[in-house]
Amino acid sequence: MSNEWPLWEIFIRGQHGMSHRHVGSLHAADAEHAMKNARDVYTRRNEGVSIWVVEAEKITASSPSAKGPMYDPSRGKVYRHPTFYDIPDDVGKM
Amino acid sequence: MDHLFEFLLRQGDNALVLGHRTSEWCGVAPALEEDIALANTALDLIGQTQLWLGYAAEVEGKGRSANDLAYLRDVYDFRNALMLEVPNNDFGRTLMRQFLFDAFQVPWLTALSASSDERVAGIAAKSLKEATYHLERSSETVIALGDGTDESNRRMQDALDYLWPYAGELFGQDATDQAMQDAGVAPVPASMRSVWDTQIEQTLSAACLSRPDTSFAHSGGCNGSRHTEHLGHMLAVMQTLQRSYPGAVW
Repeated sequence: MSNEWPLWEIFIRGQHGMSHRHVGSLHAADAEHAMKNARDVYTRRNEGVSIWVVEAEKITASSPSAKGPMYDPSRGKVYRHPTFYDIPDDVGKM
Repeated sequence: MDHLFEFLLRQGDNALVLGHRTSEWCGVAPALEEDIALANTALDLIGQTQLWLGYAAEVEGKGRSANDLAYLRDVYDFRNALMLEVPNNDFGRTLMRQFLFDAFQVPWLTALSASSDERVAGIAAKSLKEATYHLERSSETVIALGDGTDESNRRMQDALDYLWPYAGELFGQDATDQAMQDAGVAPVPASMRSVWDTQIEQTLSAACLSRPDTSFAHSGGCNGSRHTEHLGHMLAVMQTLQRSYPGAVW
């Protein structure tokens, strides 16, 4: 049995941010404890207004070795970017 | 004796002495996360100290500052409760003390927020938010460790047995307390006892810890008549820079 607390990934939404961003990870005994630790470790300079904590082992991550088949095929397909349209002036800022 | 000055010293010295004790964990706490959490708590308390002692210095009107009161007074001038000056010992005793104090501070600062003295009410309202978080954290840690392993339970019970005779001093009722009540500045601390008892009862039972069967209470810290032998050692460390280089600033 390991004496280490499990690892948690911490996501914080800042004062002006629309979405939570990954800020780092920490150890904690359970979700409540992770929330408090996240508050103390990552929001002490007034960085956030909302915190998500996710146990690291619950995250399914893509494998770095599968990089080729995963991401290369989307290269060179410029037509997927909506950059070929003229935006009428009266639409305003997009 | 100016009762308001005395009252403000008690608030400021409680925060200062516990804040300094808590800061002693900086860099050596059992886990990085707890280390930062304790440092945050210490900084909250030192921040509260600046407000209380800053106001105390104004009330005294002798040209002293909050820094002068913190760094240039000796043991017999301090007005903190004895429970807050005893050494940290282990992490368990540190958190148990924090919990016993937080459980007092939350109802106490809530009451002070309605003080007839606007400055007292303002400092209390600001401090209350911090104390509320401290209480959440310390009570949950007491429960986690009390209801943890055999060793953590034993350590928390030892901590409680050691600290219990000191806790009673928080509920004072002397001439200064009475004068503050008469002036509408603060209720007498003794009136916080029943709400404190309820909080303690709930947390200790969830933590599988038993409340010591004694009502004996040490005293002498809040009126400065008799501190423990530990405060002088603590002040020697805390004040060494100002004592060695008087007037040193950043």
